[in-house]
Parts: sequence; C-alpha cells; structure tokens
Amino acid sequence: MRLPKPPLPPALQPRPKRPGEPRQKPLDHAREAGIATVDWIDERTSLSGAARWAMFRKIPKGTNWFYTLGSATMFAFLSQAVTGVFLAMYYDPSPTRAYESARFITNDVFLGEFVRGMHKWGSTVMVILIFLHMARTFFFGAYKYPRELNWVIGVVLLILTFVMSLTGYLLPFDQRSYWATIVAANITASGPLAGPYLGDFLRGGAEFNATTLSRFYSIHMLLVPGLIAALIGAHLYLVARLGTTAPPWLKPEEPEKLTEERV
Amino acid sequence: MAATRKEPRSKYTADRGVPGAFEGETVTRRRFMTLTAHGAGITAVAAFTLPALGFAVGNALFERPPVRWEAVGKPEDFPNNTYVPKVITLTTGIGDVGKTTVYMRARNEAIDPKPNPPGYDEKFVAVSTRCMHLGCPVRYVQASQRFICPCHGGVYDFKGLVVGGPPVRPLDRFYTRVRNGLVEVGPRYSVNTEFKRFDSYRDPAQPLDGIGQYLYPPRFSTPKQ
Repeated sequence: MRLPKPPLPPALQPRPKRPGEPRQKPLDHAREAGIATVDWIDERTSLSGAARWAMFRKIPKGTNWFYTLGSATMFAFLSQAVTGVFLAMYYDPSPTRAYESARFITNDVFLGEFVRGMHKWGSTVMVILIFLHMARTFFFGAYKYPRELNWVIGVVLLILTFVMSLTGYLLPFDQRSYWATIVAANITASGPLAGPYLGDFLRGGAEFNATTLSRFYSIHMLLVPGLIAALIGAHLYLVARLGTTAPPWLKPEEPEKLTEERV
Repeated sequence: MAATRKEPRSKYTADRGVPGAFEGETVTRRRFMTLTAHGAGITAVAAFTLPALGFAVGNALFERPPVRWEAVGKPEDFPNNTYVPKVITLTTGIGDVGKTTVYMRARNEAIDPKPNPPGYDEKFVAVSTRCMHLGCPVRYVQASQRFICPCHGGVYDFKGLVVGGPPVRPLDRFYTRVRNGLVEVGPRYSVNTEFKRFDSYRDPAQPLDGIGQYLYPPRFSTPKQ
C-alpha cells in the first residue's frame, strides 16, 4: 500500500538531478550512513542471514498472548541482570558489612530503593512468569516431539531460577535471610549419604562462617547467571529451529484436494 | 570382495594401503594428530577446572576448624535443676552472626545417663539451642521444663530428648570442662536417643538412631577428642 505524499510546497519538493551534478552529495552519504554501517558489518560477518532466520519466522495460526510468557520471563531475567549488576556496585558481601551496605542502598543511594525494589520484586515476578510459561507449554502440549529437549532445558532453567532465589535471599543479611539460609542448608544436608557433604559445600564448612555469604554471592552473581544466559541462548535457538506450536484447540485444516474429491 | 571382508584388517597402515605409510606404522599420522590435539585440549581444560573445583570444595569438606574453649562462668553459677543461658562464639571474626546461645546446668546424677561411650568426665551439661528439625533456635521454658522451637513446633524435654514435633534426634550438646575455677564450653557433639556421643556433629534433620548414623556419615574434618 502506498501512502499519499504530504503536500509540500514546490520549493521543498525533491527535484530530479540535473545532468552534470555529482551522483552523491555529502547529504546523501549522511543519509545512507546507517545502512552503510550495517552493510559494512554484514559484509564481514554475514549476520543478516542469521538475524532474518531468527526473526522472520512463520508462526502458526492462533498464536496469542499466552505465547509472550517466555519473552516476558526473559525480560524479567534481563531486568534482574541489569539491576543486579548495578546493585553490586554498592553491595559488600562481608558478614559484618552486608546489612549496612544493603541499608545504605535503600536509604542513601539516589534511586537505591527503586533499583533494589525492582530486583527484589522482580525475582518474584520472574518465578511467577516462568511458572506461567511452563504451564502454557504444558497445557498447549508444546513439550511434545520434537520439542522435548527444549522442555528439558526449560526445567533446568526453572531449577536455576530457584537457585538464584535461594542464594539471593541471604544477601540482605537480616534475621530472615540468615535463618532461611540455615534452614535451606539443613534441608540440603538432610539428603542421605551425599546430603551432609552438599550442605557443607553450600555453607563452605560445618558452620555458617565468614565465607558463606561471599560463597552465596559468587554463586548468585557469577555462576548461575552465566548458566542461565547460556541456556536461554540454547532455548531460543531451539525455538527458532523448531518453530512454535499451534494452540491445541486449532484443528489442522483438511487439504483442499481431499475436500474436492469428496464432493 | 567377500573373501577379503572376512579377514581381519591388518593393524599396519602399510598393509591397509594408507598413502605414505611407514613400515611398521600402526597409527596414521592424521589419527595421531587428532588424538594429540584432543588430549592436549582435555588436559588444558582439566588443568584449570580441577584446581578450581578443589578450591571450591576442599576447604568446605576437609578443613578442620580449631577447637575453641570459652569460659562461661563459675561452677556455682549453674544449678542442676534448671538451665542458665550463656552466649558463646562458634565462629570468630564475623560478629554477632558467629555467636549462639547455649543452655548450661550442672550434671544431675538422678536423671543424666552415664556418658556413652565412656571416657569423658562430664560435670556440666551444655545444651545447644539448634533445633534438630531444621536448625531454628529453641528456647528453654522453665514452667514446662521443655525446650520449644518457634519454627515448626519441635518440643524437647529437660534432657533434650524429643517429646513432640518434627525433630529427628535430641538436642546437640557441647563438651564442658573446668579450668582455673571456671566452667568452659568446648566443641559441639551430637547425641542419639541413647545419648551416645558423636564427636563429628551432624546437621539438623539427620537422625542418628539405627541406620541413620550410616546414612549420614561423619565429616572428614572432625578433630579427635
């Protein structure tokens, strides 16, 4: 569809080039700077093919708002990642300083309460969204062949999200954090045979000690986010590779040929 | 073709007709280089992964915490029919987080069983406040002579035996001794229902009766008493 051109006065309307004028004026170069940059990169990386492959996919009829839950979860993760990185600028994971630095973020840093609040409530939002996304996948039957591996990756992502929730819970280092971590380590340790060693691994020793907090902090901000980011990449690759499913209430249309034969 | 197929392939590359084969050579140079490159890669990854893993795990599982003895009062401070709360330090250098309350009393021959296994002359009883359900802090209520946990309703009697709720074994205890006229509290130990001592104290939620002591093995790092 062509939209009508705006009614410009004749002086402003673009004129055809006169013979003898240079092909491209500086203004033309400036106008094309953006596309030229993209071209320069694409000529050297061939990324446009991959980008087109990932973005311009065919999606089934009946795709609806429920299909946005996965993206919503990912944006919740991105929000956690960004706010978390900036919270780390003020946070101090030492047992004697952690509570004070968290208090400093909330009470004294400009927008500190807001960013910390985003991180705190965002974690809950992410857990809710990942569950809704999982429920959508389950009830729409989107875990079935050939998407079983994507379901498995999703379950690992769910568990890693819980690990993030668990390790992040200690960091404010108030009474609730401390006792919740004691209980969590003891639940871990209550597994037979391997449990006691896992509990000690989590605490960094037999007792809650000077390294427990920095251990949780390192797991929370370095180890697990890296794993989550890598697995989200694999998850998205498989989504692009396999495509999305139609909602279960949509029955496949009968091919026209068969209909014709029946008539 | 069928006749040659039945014969086992020669291990010599020269016999197999590999171009450029040396006499007596059994591994082609391509295969040798592939294995070498993969081996070098695995070695390089292991060279930083294994030390890093050991670094993360070693101290947590094998470090032997120093034995601390902390004076908590004079012998006459502690009666044998009720408990006196005292605060001791479990872990130094981390402020209030490393402290815990212990309930102290003198040993009562009428109710306390003989130390088991023998070899420890116990004059004072120091009961840990760590609930043996999941580790919340219990408090002693003199009116009912019970230890009560606020989290999930664990109840222990005067000696620390479970009388109600989810805990799986009696309350832990600490070694006690008298030095220079002062009662000192030392390392923690766990007990089972018969008050058998386990020097390698277990975390809460790990029963020590019957098969429990084998399902929940001791730490590698327990100092010998």
